[in-house]
Amino acid sequence: MLDAIWLVPALPLVGFLVLVFLGKRIGEPLSGWLATAMVFGSFVVSVLMGLSLLDAPDHTFELSLFSWIPAGDFQVDIGFLLDPLSMTMILFVTGIASLIHLYSIGYMHGDDRFPTFFTYLNLFVFSMLMLILGNNLLVTFLGWEGVGACSYFLISFWFTKDANASAGKKAFVANRVGDWGFMIAMFATFLAFGSLNYTTVLPEAPGLAIGVATFIAVMLFVGAVGKSAQIPLFIWLPDAMAGPTPVSALIHAATMVTAGVYLMTRVNPLIAASYEWVTWLIAGIGALTLLVAATIGLAQTDIKKVLAYSTVSQLGYMFLAVGSGGYAAAVFHMVTHAFFKALLFLGAGSVIHGMHDEQDMRRMGALRKLMPITFGTYVIGWLAISGLPPFSGFWSKDEILTYALNKSPVLYAVGLLGALLTAVYMGRQVFLVFYGEPRWNDPIPEDAPATAHTDDADDAPVDEAAHAADAHDEHAEVHPHESSWLMTLPLIILAIGAALIGFINIPFGDLDFLTRWLEDVDDLHANEAHLPYSSATILLLIIVSTVVASLGLALAWLTWIKGVLPRSLWERRFFLKAWYYDELVTRFMGGPGRALFEAIAWFDRTVIDGVVNGVGAGAQLAGRGLRRVQNGYVRSYALLITIGAILVIAFMFTRLLVR
Amino acid sequence: MIAAVLHTVLASGDAAGHAASSFPILPVTILLPVLGVFAILAVPSERGDLARLVALIATSAAGVMTFVVLAQFATGDAGFQFVSEATWIAALDIKFIVGVDGISLFLFVLTGLLFPISVLAAKPDHDPKGYYAWLTLLMAGCLGVFVALDLFLFFMFFEITLIPLYMLIGKWGHGRRVYAATKFFIFTMGGSALMLVSIIALAYLAKAGDASTIANISFDLQKVVASDAVSQGAARWIFAGFAIAFMVKTPVFPFHTWLPDAHTEAPTAGSVDLAGILLKLGTYGFLRYGLYLFPEASITFAPVMVVLGTIGIVYGGIVAAMQRNLKRLVAYSSVAHMGFAVVGLFALTSEGLTGSVLQMVNHGITTGALFILLGFLYKRRHTYEIDQLKGMQKVAPVFAGVFTVVMLASIGLPGLNGFVGEFLVLVGTYLAYPAVAIVAGFGVIIAALYLLWAYQRTFHGEPDDATKAMPDLRGSEKLIMVPLIGLIVFLGIYPKPVIERIEPSIDRVIEHVEAEVPGWSSPTSERGSQLAPVEGHGHDGEGGEGATHAADTEDHSSEGESQETGE
Repeated sequence: MLDAIWLVPALPLVGFLVLVFLGKRIGEPLSGWLATAMVFGSFVVSVLMGLSLLDAPDHTFELSLFSWIPAGDFQVDIGFLLDPLSMTMILFVTGIASLIHLYSIGYMHGDDRFPTFFTYLNLFVFSMLMLILGNNLLVTFLGWEGVGACSYFLISFWFTKDANASAGKKAFVANRVGDWGFMIAMFATFLAFGSLNYTTVLPEAPGLAIGVATFIAVMLFVGAVGKSAQIPLFIWLPDAMAGPTPVSALIHAATMVTAGVYLMTRVNPLIAASYEWVTWLIAGIGALTLLVAATIGLAQTDIKKVLAYSTVSQLGYMFLAVGSGGYAAAVFHMVTHAFFKALLFLGAGSVIHGMHDEQDMRRMGALRKLMPITFGTYVIGWLAISGLPPFSGFWSKDEILTYALNKSPVLYAVGLLGALLTAVYMGRQVFLVFYGEPRWNDPIPEDAPATAHTDDADDAPVDEAAHAADAHDEHAEVHPHESSWLMTLPLIILAIGAALIGFINIPFGDLDFLTRWLEDVDDLHANEAHLPYSSATILLLIIVSTVVASLGLALAWLTWIKGVLPRSLWERRFFLKAWYYDELVTRFMGGPGRALFEAIAWFDRTVIDGVVNGVGAGAQLAGRGLRRVQNGYVRSYALLITIGAILVIAFMFTRLLVR
Repeated sequence: MIAAVLHTVLASGDAAGHAASSFPILPVTILLPVLGVFAILAVPSERGDLARLVALIATSAAGVMTFVVLAQFATGDAGFQFVSEATWIAALDIKFIVGVDGISLFLFVLTGLLFPISVLAAKPDHDPKGYYAWLTLLMAGCLGVFVALDLFLFFMFFEITLIPLYMLIGKWGHGRRVYAATKFFIFTMGGSALMLVSIIALAYLAKAGDASTIANISFDLQKVVASDAVSQGAARWIFAGFAIAFMVKTPVFPFHTWLPDAHTEAPTAGSVDLAGILLKLGTYGFLRYGLYLFPEASITFAPVMVVLGTIGIVYGGIVAAMQRNLKRLVAYSSVAHMGFAVVGLFALTSEGLTGSVLQMVNHGITTGALFILLGFLYKRRHTYEIDQLKGMQKVAPVFAGVFTVVMLASIGLPGLNGFVGEFLVLVGTYLAYPAVAIVAGFGVIIAALYLLWAYQRTFHGEPDDATKAMPDLRGSEKLIMVPLIGLIVFLGIYPKPVIERIEPSIDRVIEHVEAEVPGWSSPTSERGSQLAPVEGHGHDGEGGEGATHAADTEDHSSEGESQETGE
């Protein structure tokens, strides 16, 4: 039964192949339905696999399909490893991907390249599943780069607008920086183990020299930082919002960006075999990212940018968990986040759709009555991400905070502050979009410093504007409306998930199903930090978290509904401009970085090629000079012969003398 | 010379004893384009179409023969197959010996594939008869150079490739074609002169008996290899002579500046065959005539070559990023890609060498495909300048899609062919020089940068008026791309059939080097030294034939056995 695991990635691959060749002929909406059916089929097979896996020994199953790259000692197969970790991931990936496919049929309606969109989407799901299911680092890397390529295609899907094209390229290149680290890690792994297979490498990790293990773990972390948009490589993710909103939901929130967390969880024995500072590095980067991104989220005006920075921040929580030894907590948050963030993005997409491609929250407001389903589901997502019980985000975030406290009180404090800010910026978003007065036709306020609209290419809302740039001005009067069932049905299902999925892992008694399910993965259980807290302490921590989240929501209410607190308290220009980090990087790349490249190109033209042409010119010059010798006068030839003869004789004399 | 070929054809090779060599398939393959040249010369000048047809038939016929060779090639046999032999200049023991092994097989087949395609892909703007004659002659030279097993014969084919390409660039090229052609010619000639001196010196020194007469002299590669008469010092000098010729041809930094000019000015077919086939003469030469003939010197010079190759990877990529002309960009990307081939070769590991040969083949396919696509572009827009192109994806989606696949292969996306070679090269290099692999890995980032940036500027964005009138790929053009795209995908997913044919010959070379240089062994994975010994896995120093392949699963070990028994 488990042998059929190959079907899971194969179905979306078939969908991709069919759409590549016949997509145009199949057309809208059938191509969308086909793609959705393939991914849903994959979900069904995943569920069946999950049921079979329960009976498998150690809940682990490995299958090798064929030999991919066999060269000498280097033997890598296309093979799958199904264990509780990959099982959990494929379930939520295929499940959420099915819903987002369905939603996209409605969202992409009327687009010229409707079939192409689904072609890429199916390829993405295939790559993501390869990433998760690979039984060795290289197959994971195949998926890893594959999802990166799909992300590139889909971010620049509306490529006629330069900003979208730029964003796609930026994402790919930033990801490649991380991929470089991943590759180096694989080389070092092969050198040390002679294999890249998880089942060969990971059990032997404890015997590895600590320096080598550290190097491999850090290099893999570099890869994870790139893919999961952590500091310092997070800059590509906000720009990635240029893609259609379902793409943001699927790739840049629910699935692809969590790949880094998956990777770190998968190789936990390597992290355990490393110096301890590696865990501090991971937790530190996570904590820093979650805090910085949360502050940026406070001031964004674009509805999707808020969610993008929120995603960066939530991924920070997951790395905080990994670094604190809470692998199961990281996976738990990955799952809950996939639900509530996909829900929020799709809800935002529904709003954007209803507002005729408006993305600026300053031109929204009072939408709750006009878009009741969107509003209702959005509120669930909002409460879940803000960490209010009993919604899903609460349980997973709280678990992470518990591990962080165990690691260090500082990390706990940062996590708690982040939780407060999360509640504030999400509260701000909900209040700006769904409450207050309608501002649908207001001009964008130009001068208010905290909310000033920027003209920078990088910062401007690059998104769907191109999609309907012309429609924008013609429809001076905006009439918001609720979206079709294709879009609201996925919202409802996701909302149910976002509300309830937290119950798979309650930290009391035997209710921590997910943690126990994941115990069979590698040495996950052995390498987890063991919490010294009693149930009473945990209950206390839960109360603290709840108070903090409620406080955040209250602060947002006081600021954006009651107006008691000034908005400028939160909406700072420094935050709006994302701490000027992106600008700094862009300036560096455009300035000194580019100058260096130019200098090297100049060196090639002038010095290297200059020498070549110089030699050529020199030879010509010498030829011109020597030509004079050939003057046709016998007397000058005789002279030259004499000189030559004298030189030869002189040479022979020197030889004799030396001897 | 031709008499010697005919002789082998008629006398049908008595050498080697391989079953398949009863029919002299290699000489026939080389002879077909030569006959084609004569046939083209017989065509009246004004019948360009007929010249094209004859060229197509001749190159295709030779191409089919190369695939016959591929089909009959005995996988797992490390030695030379299909060997044909005939005496050419008896006094000097110069022979017409040709044979193919895993190292040359796919370069030979690639030649057979790319030449018919390059005949189809573009037409000359004037004087078609001469154009097709030179192009067809070039094929004969390329086929010969990969299978020659006699030093003198190799040199002769090496030189034969030079003149047709010089003529193609100089006569049918773009703007500064004469400058480019001359530069190409002088560069390569300079290298060849040193190589000729080296070959003659080697033949003298390697022969048995008195070195001051020509008695016993031989240019037979196998005899020269078997000789141990050459002193270490002399071997290093002779190696250096070969090395410079190959460095120019590859090209290795800093001998690369002829390449961008040659590519930019060459007609499409010239660029395709130059990038696809001729550059490999350099790296192939290093493998066959550098490493095989001079193991000790190769090991001595390896660090230098690895560093130069790495510079080529990073430097070539950076300079490529700054180019304003698409052909120059691809030319510099070739410097970077061939840098991988050089690094992998001189890492002197099984993975690195196998990766290097794969990289040669893959680069030939992807860069050949890129130049063909640029040829299609030129036909439509009459420019390669990035500034003058914008928004082509909207107008020509199929063209853009095909370009994207080839581009991603060139960037080294896993699942497409470019990745496999590059990755093996880097894995193999890491075993020997970890720091080099880490730096060379930056090439992977830079490759994404320059290609995606160029793609963005030319294909993305709103099309301008000039672009709007541009037609998408025609049916015939799509057909030309089908085999190339097919190979790009196939070799990315299932490179095993290629690797398992290359690798035995690579291992044979490594064993040869290990036997020749006492105390040196090819770097391998540390497994077993760092950890408690686990099973009998890994390369076990000397010997290492069976155990080399004994891998961790039954699947693999059974393969290892079947390789030994020659299937």
